[in-house]
Amino acid sequence: MLSLGSGGAKSTKPSFVSYVTPEEIKAEKDPPKKEKHPDLLPGEVEFCSANPILKYSQDDLSQHGVFGTLFCTNFRVTFISDETPQEKTAKTFKNKLYGEKNDIPLMCVDHIYGVYDEKRKLITGGLVKNKYPSKMIIHCKDLRVFQFCLTFTKEEDAKKIFQGIAHHCLEEKSLKCVFAFSYMGTPSPGTDLSFCREMLRKQETIMFDSPEDWTQEMKRTKANCRLVIENKNFELSQRLPKYFVIPLAIGDLFSYQGKGLPIWCWSHYSGCALFKASFPPVTQEDGDFQKHLETMINAVAHNYLYSVKTEDLSESLPNIQDIQQSYNKFKQFFLIENSTDFWLSDVKWFSSLESSGWLDIIRQCLQKAVEVVECLEKDNTNVLITEEEGTDLCCVISSLAQIMLDPYYRTLMGFQSLVQKEWVAGCHAFLDRCNHLHQKDKECHSPVFLLFLECVWQLVQQHSPAFQFSETYLTVLSDSVHVPIFSTFLFNSAHHREGVMKAESPLAQSGPLSCPTVWDWSVQFDSKAQNFFYNPLYSEKVKHEKAVRKPHKPKHQRQLSLPSTAFKTPLKKGFFKDETDSLKKMLQVKRLSRWMGSPDSPAATTREFYESWQHRPVDYHGLLLPCLDGPAVRVWMQRYLRWIPEVYILGGGSVAMTTKLMELLSQVQDLKRVLEQRDTSQAAKIDHRPYIQHRLLSFGSSGRLSSSFPFAYTRNRSFKPIIPTGLMQRLMVTDSLASQEDEASSVASFV
Amino acid sequence: MEKSGSVDSVESLCSSTTTRSDRSSGTRVSDTELRSKGRAIEKVLQCKYTSKGELPLLPEELVQDSAKDVTYICPFVGPVRGSLTVTNYRLFFRCTDREPVFGLDLPLGVLSRVEKIGAATSRGDVSYGLACKDMRNLRFVHKEPEDSLKKSVFEVLMKFAFPVSNNMSLFAFEYKQVFPENGWRVYDPLAEYKRQGLPKESWRISKVNDHYELCDSYPAALVVPVTITDEELRRISSFRAKGRIPVLSWIHPESQAAVVRASQPMVGQNGRRCKEDEKLLQAIMDANAQSHKIFIFDARPSVNAAANKMKGGGYESEDAYQNAELVFLDIHNIHVMRESQRKLKEVVYPNIEDSHWLSNLESTHWLEHIKLILAGALRIADKVESGKTSVVVHCSDGWDRTPQLTSLALIMLDSHYRTIRGFQILLEKEWLSFGHRFQQRVGHGDKNHTDADRSPIFLQFIDCVWQMTRQFPAAFEFNEYFLITILDQLYSCLFGTFLCNSEQQRLKEEVPKHTVSLWSFVNSQLEEFVNPLYVHYPSHVLFPTVGIRHLQLWVTYYIRWNPRMRPQEPVHQRYKELLAKRAELQKRVEELQREAANRTASSSSERAGSPTRSITPVQTFV
Repeated sequence: MLSLGSGGAKSTKPSFVSYVTPEEIKAEKDPPKKEKHPDLLPGEVEFCSANPILKYSQDDLSQHGVFGTLFCTNFRVTFISDETPQEKTAKTFKNKLYGEKNDIPLMCVDHIYGVYDEKRKLITGGLVKNKYPSKMIIHCKDLRVFQFCLTFTKEEDAKKIFQGIAHHCLEEKSLKCVFAFSYMGTPSPGTDLSFCREMLRKQETIMFDSPEDWTQEMKRTKANCRLVIENKNFELSQRLPKYFVIPLAIGDLFSYQGKGLPIWCWSHYSGCALFKASFPPVTQEDGDFQKHLETMINAVAHNYLYSVKTEDLSESLPNIQDIQQSYNKFKQFFLIENSTDFWLSDVKWFSSLESSGWLDIIRQCLQKAVEVVECLEKDNTNVLITEEEGTDLCCVISSLAQIMLDPYYRTLMGFQSLVQKEWVAGCHAFLDRCNHLHQKDKECHSPVFLLFLECVWQLVQQHSPAFQFSETYLTVLSDSVHVPIFSTFLFNSAHHREGVMKAESPLAQSGPLSCPTVWDWSVQFDSKAQNFFYNPLYSEKVKHEKAVRKPHKPKHQRQLSLPSTAFKTPLKKGFFKDETDSLKKMLQVKRLSRWMGSPDSPAATTREFYESWQHRPVDYHGLLLPCLDGPAVRVWMQRYLRWIPEVYILGGGSVAMTTKLMELLSQVQDLKRVLEQRDTSQAAKIDHRPYIQHRLLSFGSSGRLSSSFPFAYTRNRSFKPIIPTGLMQRLMVTDSLASQEDEASSVASFV
Repeated sequence: MEKSGSVDSVESLCSSTTTRSDRSSGTRVSDTELRSKGRAIEKVLQCKYTSKGELPLLPEELVQDSAKDVTYICPFVGPVRGSLTVTNYRLFFRCTDREPVFGLDLPLGVLSRVEKIGAATSRGDVSYGLACKDMRNLRFVHKEPEDSLKKSVFEVLMKFAFPVSNNMSLFAFEYKQVFPENGWRVYDPLAEYKRQGLPKESWRISKVNDHYELCDSYPAALVVPVTITDEELRRISSFRAKGRIPVLSWIHPESQAAVVRASQPMVGQNGRRCKEDEKLLQAIMDANAQSHKIFIFDARPSVNAAANKMKGGGYESEDAYQNAELVFLDIHNIHVMRESQRKLKEVVYPNIEDSHWLSNLESTHWLEHIKLILAGALRIADKVESGKTSVVVHCSDGWDRTPQLTSLALIMLDSHYRTIRGFQILLEKEWLSFGHRFQQRVGHGDKNHTDADRSPIFLQFIDCVWQMTRQFPAAFEFNEYFLITILDQLYSCLFGTFLCNSEQQRLKEEVPKHTVSLWSFVNSQLEEFVNPLYVHYPSHVLFPTVGIRHLQLWVTYYIRWNPRMRPQEPVHQRYKELLAKRAELQKRVEELQREAANRTASSSSERAGSPTRSITPVQTFV
C-alpha cells in the first residue's frame, strides 16, 4: 500500500495511512476531463491551477482523500473536486463569499508547510524556489487545516501551483493587491432588491465618522465634553480619529501632535467618564512634555469632581508581543492534522492550555476592565487609561468596560457601534496587527482584536441573557477579519483609510469608492443565516408591559440599593469633603494600580466589588461583571473546536439547546403576534423584530446536527462514535494504590 | 423571586430577638451556602414548622443539643459567630452577627470525620474540624463549657454523625414522611425485562437465585440463555468471583445484541477452565444471530487483570473462549479513584489557585478517569449498536467498574434510561439490585473514615452522566439538580434507597418496609427535576465525545460551596421563564379566541381567518 506522503515530521504515524491504492488512483484519474472552474466573485481572477491534486479529507475517520483541481486566485485558494458534486445539502449557514470546505481566502492563510521526504518544513520565501513538496499543509487563521498531495499532477503544474500559492499567501505585498480593491471596483450584482432593507439595518450601526455621531453619543451618555473637529483633515495628528471628544478643560490642542490628548470614551450616569490617551514613555529631561501630560490629566480631573485615576496599561498588562506569542502557542493545540495527534495532545490538554498563558491574558484584561468599572461605578472617579500608542490595550479595556457598564453595547447594533467607535474610528492598527500584508516585521503583529472578542465571549458565556448577539456572531466576526473584502479591518487609522480610499476613487466612475463594511452582513450571509447571530436567550428590555410590571428603576437608585456594608470603606460623598479631597488628588494624581495597591491588592478589592455585585438581584440591563476564578475562564469551544472531527458531538452540543430555544421563542412570538392581531385597537402595529421567525423551525431536526453546527460541513458519514485510538496513553499511576486489590477487607461491616 | 424572598424573610427575622426555648434556640435558617439546593428540600422541611420562629424539623427529628457562641471559620467570608444546633439528623448553624444572614444546614450523614484540632487554648477555645463527603470541610471554634461534666455539642455531634459505629440506627429508619407515591415500587425486574422485549426463545428468567443462594450480592431475578440449566449456573458460580455469573443486563430491541455483566473468572495461575462458563458465553453469542463474535470487556488495566491471577482471579483466555475477543479498558481501581477525589478536593476547596488552576486540575487525574470510563462505555455501546455484537463486561468483582460501564452504555443505547423514571430504574437495577456496595463505598454512619473500602465510584458515574447531559442538553428528561439531589441524598441517610450493600441485605434489614425511598420524594415533585429543553427521541443513540477538551469539571457540584462560583441566576431559570411566558400567552390567546368565538356567534360578523394555525404546534411540547 502506498503511503501518501505520510504526514509530517514524525514519519511513522499509524493512523496516517491512505486507503487509496495506486490502482484506485489510476482509475480515478482517468474519467473524462471536464474543465471545472470555480465560480468567481466579481473582480476575482484565476492565477493558476493544477490537476489532479489529492485533498485529504480530515473529517472522515479513515484518512483518505478526494481528487480534484486546485486553483489559486487573487482572492482565495480553492479546490474543486473531480467527483460530481453530491446533491447540495441545503445549508442553513452558508457564507456567500467562500465555502468552509474548499476555499481559503488568501488573507486567511496562516502558515504553509511542505512535506519533503517525510519531513515537514515550514515554507518561507526561500524554500519556494527550489523544489515543490510532495504534500502541502495549509494552516488557516480561522483554524482550519488543509492537506493537499501534489505528487499525482504533472511536475510543472505542481511546481506552479505550489509557488503560486506560496507567493500569494506568504510574500509581502502592497495594500493595493488586497482583493478588496479589485472586488469593490465591480458593481455588486443583485443586491439592489434587498438594498433598502439592508441599508436600514446597516444604518443602525453608528459609524462614528461624522460629528453628528459623536454628538449623538455624547447626548446619549449625557457627557459634558467637547467635540473636536479640528482634525477633520488630519492636521492635528494622523494617529487620531477624524472626529473625537475631549474634556472641556483642554484649551490647547495643537501641541505635541495630539500626544497625551485624553480621548473621551464613555460617560457614566454620575458624570464621571472614561478617557484613553497615548502617553509615550517620558524621559527625565523632557520636563515640558511631562508638564503637558500633567495638564492633560488635570483636564480629565476637571470633568467631574476633580478626581482622576490613571492607569498605564503597558505597565500592568502584557504587551502586544506577549499576546502574540501566547496566542501562537495556544492556537497550535487546535491545528490538528490527524487523529493520533489529537489523542496524544488530549492527555496533556489542561497543562498545555495553561502553559500557553492565553486564558491568563484574557483573565488579566477582564480583571483590568473590572478595576476600571469599579472606579467609575463605585468611586465615581474619572479614569484615564494610557499606553504608548493608545490604540491597542486601551481599546480592549475601554470597550470591555463599556460593555460591562452599558447594556446598549450588549445589543448587536450597539456592539457594532462600539467596535466602530473604539476600534475602527479609534484608529486601531488593524492592517499591521492582523498582518494582512505578510510583513516581515514581526514586532507589530498581534491578535489584539481577537483578544477583545475572546474577552467578550467570556462575558457572553457567563451572562448569556444579557447579550443580544450569540457566540456564533462573535465567531463569524473573528473570521471576517481575514476576509479581504471589508474596509473595516484593512487600515491602520482613519487617516490611512481616507488616504487610500481617496487615492483609489478615480478608478471607479461613480463617485467615491465604498468597500462594504463588515457590518453589512448580507455580503456574507443571507438573512436566514443571520438569524444565528441573535441569542435566543436574550432578555429584552421590557417596554410594553410597563403598566403591568413596576416601572424601571431610575439608574441612580440602583446605586443606592447596594448593601452599604458591602464595601469596607464606604465613600461618604460630602460635597466639601470631596472638594478638598479631590484638590489634593489634583496635586498628586494617583495611579490606578498604585491606588488600588495600597490597602489591599487590586485582586482583593475587585473581588469584593464582584461579590457585592453578585449579591444584588439579577439585572441584565444593568452592570455586568465577569467571574474571573480559574474554572470560570474557559476556552471558546465553538471557535476553536469547530473543525476538529474528533470532538464533534453528533446530535448534541449547544446547537441542540439553541435550536430548541429558538423554537420556543418563535412560538412565543407567534403567540404574541396572534395577540396583537386580536387586539382590535392596534390594527397596524409593526413587529420591529425581523429575526427569529417561523422558518427557523426548518432546521428543527436537531437530532442529527453536530456540535460544530453551523460551521463545519454536515457530512453524510455514518453515525459512528469517535473512539480514542489505542495510542491513548495509559494513565500513569505510580503509587502502590494501583496494584492494590479492590477489596481491602472482604468482610462486610454492615450492622 | 424565591431566592431573594427567602433571604428577606430571614433578615426580617434576625432583627427580631430570638425567642428562647430549650428545644430550639434558632430561627429558621435560610442556608445561604446551600442556596443552590433550591426549593425542593425546603418543601420537605416546611412540613413540620408552623411558625417561622422554629427550626424546620423533619418528622421524628429531635434536637439533641445546641450551643451559642460558636464560631464558624468560613473560608470565604472569615469567622462567623452564631449558634449551633445538632439534631438526630442534621447540623444547623446560624450566625447572629452578620449581614446578610448566613447559615449552614447539613445532614449529619454527609460528615466523614469530626475531630478536635489542636489542644484547647488558654482562652478555653476548642476547635473542631468536620470533613464532609461532599467536597467541603467545616471548622468550628467554641468555648469549652465551664461545667466539665457537660458534654460539648461536638461530642453529641460525633455520636449522631456516626450512628452505625455507636450501635444506633440511621435516621432513615426513623424518618416517617409520607409521600403520594411509593418509590420502592419504581423498579420491577420482570416489568423491566418485558419492556426490553426479552425474546423468550433465547433468554429466560431464572429463579435459581431466588433465595440468594447462588450469589448473595446478585438480585433474585437473573436472565440467562435458555440453553443453560440452573445446575450449570451453579457450577459457573464457583468459577466466577463471588459467584457473580454472567447474566443479561440489556438486550438490543432490533439486533438482539446483549449487554451481559459478570465478575472475573477464577482462572488463577494454572489457567483453570470451566466448560459450563465457556458454554454460557457461547450461548450468549448464539442468542444473537447477527454476529459470530462476542466481545469481553475487562474494565481493568491489563497489568492489574494479570496480577489478579496470583490471587486466583484473572481473565478469559482466548483459547478457552472461542470467538471471543478480550478488550481491556484501563480503568483503575477504587483506591486510585479515592486518591484522585482527595486531590480534587484539595484543588477546589476552599480556594482555587487561579493561575495554576488547569495544571492543578490535571494533576488530580479526575477528568482523565472520567474520560476512561466514558470511553469504555462508548466502546461497549458502539460494539452493541454499530457492531450488533453481544458483549460481556466485568472487572474484578463486577460491582464497581462494571455497573459504571454497563449503566453508562445503557444510557447511550436506550433513551428510556434518560427519562427521570427510567434513570431511577437504571440505578435500581444496575447499581442497587446488582449489589454495588453502597454501604462500604460511602460508609454510611461509620466513623472509620480511613476505611480503604470507601471510594467515589457512584459519584464518578453521576459525573459521567452529567458530562453527557452537557453534551446532549436536550436528550435527558432530568436536569442537573436531579443529579445533585441524588448525590446529596446518597450521603444524607434520609432515605433508604442507598443503604446496605445488596438486595439481600436490604431485604434482611427490611429497608423498604422501614424507610422511605428517595424516589418517593423525587416523584412527588417531578417538576423540580425536569429539564425544560427535553425532547424525546425514541430510538436515538447517544455517542458522547470523550476527548478531554469536551469534558468539564462539574463546577456546580464540586465547587458549589464557593460563593464566587455561583451564577447570579442559573440559566435554566430563563428557560423556565420562557416556558411560563409561552404558557401564559397561550392561555391569553385561548381566552381571546373563546371570546371572539362567542362574539362571532352572537354578532355573526367580521373577523374571519382566526389564527389557530400557530397554536397547534405549540401544544406538542411542554
